[in-house]
Amino acid sequence: MAETEGVRRRDFINIAAVSAAGVAGIGIVVPLVSQMSASADVLAASSTEIDISAIQPGQAIKAVFRKQPVFVRNLTPHEIEAANKVDVASLRDPQTLEERTKEGKENWLITMGVCTHLGCVPLGAGEGEVKGEFGGYFCPCHGSAYDTAARIRKGPAPKNLEVPKYEFSSDTVVKIG
Amino acid sequence: MSFPWAKHYTPAHPFMKWMDDRLPIPRLVYNAVGGGYEVPRNLNYFWNFGFLAGLCLVLQIVTGIVMAMHYAANTAVAFDTIEMTVRDVNWGWLMRYAHANGASAFFVVIYIHIFRGFYYGSYKAPREMVWLLGVVIFLLMMATAFMGYVLPWGQMSFWGAKVITGLFGAIPFVGEPLQQWLLGGFAPDNAALNRFFSLHYLLPFVILGVVILHIWALHIPGSSNPTGVEVKSSSDTVPFYPFYVAKDGWAIGVFAILFAIAVFYFPNALGHPDNYIPANPMSTPAHIVPEWYFWPFYAILRAFTQDFFFIPAKLMGVLAMFGAILVWFFLPWLDKSPVRSGGYRPLYRKFFFFGLIPAMLVLFYCGGAAAAEPYVMISQLAALYYFAHFLIIIPVVSAIEKPLPLPFSITESVLGKDDEAVLDVSAAPASAV
Repeated sequence: MAETEGVRRRDFINIAAVSAAGVAGIGIVVPLVSQMSASADVLAASSTEIDISAIQPGQAIKAVFRKQPVFVRNLTPHEIEAANKVDVASLRDPQTLEERTKEGKENWLITMGVCTHLGCVPLGAGEGEVKGEFGGYFCPCHGSAYDTAARIRKGPAPKNLEVPKYEFSSDTVVKIG
Repeated sequence: MSFPWAKHYTPAHPFMKWMDDRLPIPRLVYNAVGGGYEVPRNLNYFWNFGFLAGLCLVLQIVTGIVMAMHYAANTAVAFDTIEMTVRDVNWGWLMRYAHANGASAFFVVIYIHIFRGFYYGSYKAPREMVWLLGVVIFLLMMATAFMGYVLPWGQMSFWGAKVITGLFGAIPFVGEPLQQWLLGGFAPDNAALNRFFSLHYLLPFVILGVVILHIWALHIPGSSNPTGVEVKSSSDTVPFYPFYVAKDGWAIGVFAILFAIAVFYFPNALGHPDNYIPANPMSTPAHIVPEWYFWPFYAILRAFTQDFFFIPAKLMGVLAMFGAILVWFFLPWLDKSPVRSGGYRPLYRKFFFFGLIPAMLVLFYCGGAAAAEPYVMISQLAALYYFAHFLIIIPVVSAIEKPLPLPFSITESVLGKDDEAVLDVSAAPASAV
């Protein structure tokens, strides 16, 4: 029969139908998967402004950014010196204090208050909280200790406390996110 | 799917005959859990726990549906709706505590059920599929229990959700987007609470479906038994009804007494006091622990404190924790011994009682303890043994062990002799069709 040669009409319809069904299937899966991502209202709340004028050297505050704590710390000259004295190559997550702060504002250490191990809130930002043996932050959950540049020095956490994207709107206001 | 001597369903009433020709559900029930299902006569009490697990699933679904009638999955009110259920809803306290303790009871029962399988080699051919489906059920149970624990939106709920979803963040490259996708945000919040509620309602019915497959797969070869010797003749079995229905009824009685003691006298003994503090994203509890039934696996997660070549410690812990359960999927092929029951395997039995059980108990204890020395090192040693048990000891033991002589048949193991099977050559072992 002539239809045994080349593409048969039935093969064409078969492939076309299965392809159309496949494309339609992808079209159904995409919204079903995507709906679970952060919604517009969650993303809209993903930047925050903080007034830092009242934070004296040696003090820190806990603010909220993306429903998570963020630590804003005004380092003392002594703490800056301690952070700069460390041999960067010896660190688990090598970074200098300069890389973790903005130029000319090295005393403002702004990091997430989320331990990079399993997400607990480390101690050390609040008044009277223990700062751990490296003088920065200490996570009570599994004993991770961070130094005065919030770099991981001891314990199970793999990385330094994350520095979020931020900018100084003015000398006294920081916009995070 | 049954032995040739199994009784046949013969409806007597005209309505039942009419029904049988149109929708033979009574026939299905009769052949599955009635007089038509022939079961080895020598089952011990460990064989009650499959039935009890089914009972727990029903208990959880019934109390859970009631809880959902009074609960609101919104971070502003979730904590309060649970408290109001307990304080204000008629019998709400009973439903809440039966549901919370029912989860613990379910895990007690299922752990005994699983370890029954380990000891008696229930996972071996021809029941591999029964075993694999069982591990799937266990994984689904863990997911369901975890999400259920988040719903009251207390401190442990919140921080448990944060830590467990944080595990996915350990996966290279896709970890962080994946975590945000799972949570629908940057941290557990309303979106996460809502989807956890939705899935917590869905998954028990998925479990129910897999349980039906689990029983279906079991009924192809029929139940195993403590000797591990397959059924040979009609004297080896008794019908499920009335014999095992009665025995399971007795098990319900014992279970109900213990469960009532827990619910009425110690309803919060297995819970954590911190979960009576509403969730606070700004403050971590001093000691985050999961529910007790996750402790052995949580200990394995925390046992990895050193980077392993290029794999960070955190990812290693996550892989090991999931691997600790996934290794069960390979058990039917890791254990090559032709002898099924641990009762006839002197070396295997020693490793089971003096290796696996103590290792599990040590991991259990360490998982609930603070993450400090000496518990971390003890967990490391126990986790090492745990994996060695499945990946090295079981294959090696099954190769070198000299098993004890097996009884000729189940009947012989019970009565000391088995005249019927010897005489009745027609009832060959392959009779399970």
